[in-house]
Amino acid sequence: MNQWAFVIGAYALTFSGTAVISILSWRAMRSAEARARQLADRA
Amino acid sequence: MHRFANPARFLKIVRPLTAWLFWPGLILLLVGAGCGLFVTPADYLQGDTVRILYIHVPAAWLGMGGWTGIAVAALMQLVWRHPLAAVAGRAIAMPGAFFTAVCLVTGSIWGRPTWGTWWEWDGRMTSMLVLFFLYLGYIALANASARQGNGGVSPVTAIFGLVGAINLPIINRSVVWWNSLHQGPSITLRGSSIDNALLWPLGFTLIGFTLLFAAIVLMRMRAILAQNKIEARMQRLARG
Repeated sequence: MNQWAFVIGAYALTFSGTAVISILSWRAMRSAEARARQLADRA
Repeated sequence: MHRFANPARFLKIVRPLTAWLFWPGLILLLVGAGCGLFVTPADYLQGDTVRILYIHVPAAWLGMGGWTGIAVAALMQLVWRHPLAAVAGRAIAMPGAFFTAVCLVTGSIWGRPTWGTWWEWDGRMTSMLVLFFLYLGYIALANASARQGNGGVSPVTAIFGLVGAINLPIINRSVVWWNSLHQGPSITLRGSSIDNALLWPLGFTLIGFTLLFAAIVLMRMRAILAQNKIEARMQRLARG
């Protein structure tokens, strides 16, 4: 197999995984903070 | 450190800090990866596969650094009862496990063309795999204690985090103590055995990934703190 196939595979896995964990963390933070704000406004 | 024990004061600092860490981290990472892929020369022996270095080394650093963070947070939780330490430990676990997995997978991909095998049960690879399993155990314990309502991790989970740190010097010294397919320490305090022509983008990806990791940990801490606030308010509303 071409050496670049290994390099591209490693980079693709790392960058897609990093993007997924960043987006999931950001979404969890945004939704939790929005809900906390909503509840604070209601109280 | 106790100055930041108040979640409100902590949040006032980390709200802008999250973006300040994330965006420069992403830019440094993209610059380093781009240079590592397209600017640096191929290695005379390993060829183009040496470019995996720029993601494999930062992943190893963050996998081990993440557990160091968990151990420090555990110590602060157990000794000084710092209220945010338990939250920090829980927030570090998932990204730490992720980067340990990245280190194992990219190492395996690098090993196939270089050593002729995807995996070898030698000291370095096995101790890194043990670290990954330690993370999974810590996450399971942390989730179980979070369900008990404190948002952070229980003292038992903190003790697990502290005891698990014994694996870190084993990982570090494994290539010295045992015969291994893995190369010996190539970057030490005394310098590097890697030529500068290949080495320089590693600084960019190392700092870039570290800043991103810190931003992800802060996002997860903010999510846990907001969740704590929601649960406290819901309990108050339920009580009337």
